[in-house]
Amino acid sequence: MTQTIGSLTFIGLGLYGTHDLSLRGLHELHESEAVYAEFYTSRLGSFDHHAFEQQIGKPITILSRAQTEGADEILAAARTKHIALLVCGDPMTATTHVDLRLRAAKAGIPTRIIHASSILTAAPGILGLQTYKFGRSTTLAFPQKNFFPTSPYDVIAANLKSGLHTLVFLDIQAENNRYMTATEGLRLILEMGQHLNDTAITDDTLACVVARAGSENPIVAADRIKALVNRDFGPALHILVIPGTLHFIEVDALTAFAGLPPDLGRLLHKL
Amino acid sequence: MGRKEENIAKAKDLMNKLPYIRNIGIAAHIDHGKTTFSDNLIAGCGMMSEELAGKQLVLDYDEQEQARGITINAASASMVHTYQNKQYLINLIDTPGHVDFGGDVTRAMRAVDGCIILVCAVEGAMPQTETVIRQALREKVKPILFINKVDRLINELRLSPEEMQQRFVKIIAKVNELLARFMPEEFKDKWSVKVEDGSVAFGSAFNNWAISAPYMKQSGLSFKDIYDCCQKNDQKSLAKKSPIHEVILSMVITHLPSPDIAQRYRIPHIWHGDLESPLGKAMLNTDEKGPLGLMITKIILDPHAGEVAVGRMYGGKIIRGQEVYVAGMPNKNRVQQVNVMVGADRIPVEWVSAGNIAAVTGVRDAISGCTIVDSPDIEPFERIVHISEPVVTVAVEAKNTKDLPKLVEVLRMISKADPSIQVQINQETGENLMSGMGELHLEITEYRIRNDHKLDIVCSEPIVVYRETVLKTTPQKFEGKSPNKHNRFYVIVEPLPEGVVKALYNNEIPDNVKKFKKEAIKILTDLGMEKDVAKGVFGIHGLNMITDVTKGIQYLFETRDLIKEAFDEVMRSGPIANEPSQGVLVKLVDAKLHEDAIHRGPAQVIPAARNAINGAIVCSDPTLLEPIQRVFISTPQELMGEASRELNSRRSEVKDMTTEGDLVNIDALAPVAEMFGFASAIRSATGGRVLWNTENRGFVPLPRQMQADVIHKIRERKGLKPDPYPPEYYMG
Repeated sequence: MTQTIGSLTFIGLGLYGTHDLSLRGLHELHESEAVYAEFYTSRLGSFDHHAFEQQIGKPITILSRAQTEGADEILAAARTKHIALLVCGDPMTATTHVDLRLRAAKAGIPTRIIHASSILTAAPGILGLQTYKFGRSTTLAFPQKNFFPTSPYDVIAANLKSGLHTLVFLDIQAENNRYMTATEGLRLILEMGQHLNDTAITDDTLACVVARAGSENPIVAADRIKALVNRDFGPALHILVIPGTLHFIEVDALTAFAGLPPDLGRLLHKL
Repeated sequence: MGRKEENIAKAKDLMNKLPYIRNIGIAAHIDHGKTTFSDNLIAGCGMMSEELAGKQLVLDYDEQEQARGITINAASASMVHTYQNKQYLINLIDTPGHVDFGGDVTRAMRAVDGCIILVCAVEGAMPQTETVIRQALREKVKPILFINKVDRLINELRLSPEEMQQRFVKIIAKVNELLARFMPEEFKDKWSVKVEDGSVAFGSAFNNWAISAPYMKQSGLSFKDIYDCCQKNDQKSLAKKSPIHEVILSMVITHLPSPDIAQRYRIPHIWHGDLESPLGKAMLNTDEKGPLGLMITKIILDPHAGEVAVGRMYGGKIIRGQEVYVAGMPNKNRVQQVNVMVGADRIPVEWVSAGNIAAVTGVRDAISGCTIVDSPDIEPFERIVHISEPVVTVAVEAKNTKDLPKLVEVLRMISKADPSIQVQINQETGENLMSGMGELHLEITEYRIRNDHKLDIVCSEPIVVYRETVLKTTPQKFEGKSPNKHNRFYVIVEPLPEGVVKALYNNEIPDNVKKFKKEAIKILTDLGMEKDVAKGVFGIHGLNMITDVTKGIQYLFETRDLIKEAFDEVMRSGPIANEPSQGVLVKLVDAKLHEDAIHRGPAQVIPAARNAINGAIVCSDPTLLEPIQRVFISTPQELMGEASRELNSRRSEVKDMTTEGDLVNIDALAPVAEMFGFASAIRSATGGRVLWNTENRGFVPLPRQMQADVIHKIRERKGLKPDPYPPEYYMG
């Protein structure tokens, strides 16, 4: 058996552009012998591939979905070299990264993680919602032939019942350059409700939209679904939060930072 | 007004007097004289000139059918007959005699309530007699018997009256034995045929006479009179005293049921919709005031009118200009013309009501076997049972590349008119495949493309269609992983029990198991399937089934349709040679799914399930099945050696050999692959003096020592690497 002298370091790029990369991450990139990146589990707004290659002084190989899931190439490289894998947000949020790390461990390749900011904390943060009060997260998938999962609706409804907020990720089909928008997501949730013949979520339900978190011009909005479904929130990425029972500080934050209409704010205060 | 016009007027008048209507078919072995028989019935009723009958074959109106002397397509004709001073309308649906087109026979059978089984007195009941009896009884069609070519017993075989009677007894006993074998439970003993009650008649269709026990009594003719007339070669007087249409049509009226009586017991059997619904009630009661239910048995391509859909009216009325739907299709179609058929003539009428046979134009969506209804959400008649399925394929190319679009169009049209022809059109490669019931079936279809559609084509040599199956249960559940490794499906495959395969084959299990869950579970448990396995069945593909025997796995239901998709894919094209699967039971025994729906979409679940099913098949003694045919040969003694030699060189297995006078009948089984070119080989070996025909008999395992070789050849032809993948390939 060949002796392993390489390593695999997962480096988080954070939320937007390349400026969320930590100094430690940058240091690791300089030290590494080869750099890979995968962007199919998420996408980094305004990422300039060439500029970044020049900045770190080495080429970056971008892996396709199949290459990431198959992982043979990157694992083979990591046996003999110190490899850096750039990912969006904070590594290990995507299950695929955990799988890759497990397979590296099985092959005797040491791994490390350089953390970065993540939408999991940024979305509650920018809205002013308390992270304690989030239930299970879910993702809305683009419906396809023979595939219209309604379990996301059940997850949101179950959280609502327990008074918990739900972070709702929106589908990314990087290979088709297709990113679900907040309005598409909200419509889909309403459609699931009709499909399930359920009224836990209606167009009167309160929802929050965060678009381009981490950028210079994020959009944050909180309102009834019916007031949000016709708005244009600009380019990707978007994310939704369906809030559960709100603490008065949360109501104040949504009013102050996310444009929650005052009358709705007053109503929520009374609850 | 000529007699024909007069009869058309009478026919229109009788259309809504149900007790005075009979819808019948004629079923026979090839060359037993069916076409002459039907033409003489039609002529006798004044629907065509009597002199022409026997010469001009009305029902064989395809030019090519006449040339070949066999009836390829089922057309229909209406006749008016007077019996005991009352007028009756008899709608005759002609059924093809050639075995290769079993689809047509079955479809025609479904449209009729009664059927005349025609048996040649010289040859007796033949293998195809058995097939048509089975087809008739499966559709609950009541049989009566006509023994044809009786004059030949006297004039050619020179049988004595006693010998002749013995021969009749033997034929009737054989037919009753076949009837008993396939008889629906409720009609056991009631539907056997007897000379005494007049459900059996004898005669000569060619010489235009027939006789039955009741008619003998009525006319005073004796058995001896007939024998003498034949011997004196005076059959003309017999035709005067005992004309065939008189005897046969009276027998039809007495013994075969009218639509109002037949629909009451046939509808619950042939239609699986809700019998309490308005359409259900209308069809049970043959009610012309209820909703429309018209089952199309045949599409005729007419040079002037275009596509003409012919079928049986089971409920309501079809009216000129009416807007209708083809069940299962979303669009409205407007009925342009409504006709009744008389031989090759279509007589336009304003409407045709329940219990009759109608021919309509303008229904663009119609294909053979579909149901025409008046609102979109109506349950169609079950998918028409095909006793045979395609076993031979050819690749079809247009001689001039500019004709390619026309070829595509023509192939689509052909499969619409004859659904037993399956067409695969590949727009990208330009390779178009046409599959059918046998070499002859495809040859005739090729002929039609060239002559009827005036299209020059080049066809490849015929290729046999094989099947893939498993011989044992997967020893250990097989794990299939999704590309992202977050989902795993565990599958076991096993041979589907024979009883279930048979039930699928006979279309006794509804295709749409989701919709008819209760019914399907009951049928399957009655067939001995474990309750849990039966309960879990969520997909049927051909003669294969998939069942979910897992318990309480969260989110599994969201992936079911995708698993079904993977199942369909593998059943269409299996892991051994990319041929269709048959007789495979796929059991989903366990699954591990990712929490979030996004990680278990089509791109993940379909490959995972496909790998699990393919892998399980590869581990379960996968085997190639080849189609076989029953070959029936009738040869003079002195050519026996030549005929056997032809058979022996074709891996055949002789089942039975009987001698009848100078003739030897050989009954054998042979693989379709070996039977290519048999027609010309036996013709040249025996100077065309040997009669033979074939019948598809399903699939059997290809001999073990041939498996690898045939698999290699198929894979090579398909551009695959020579050996099937090992299980590891599917473990991912």
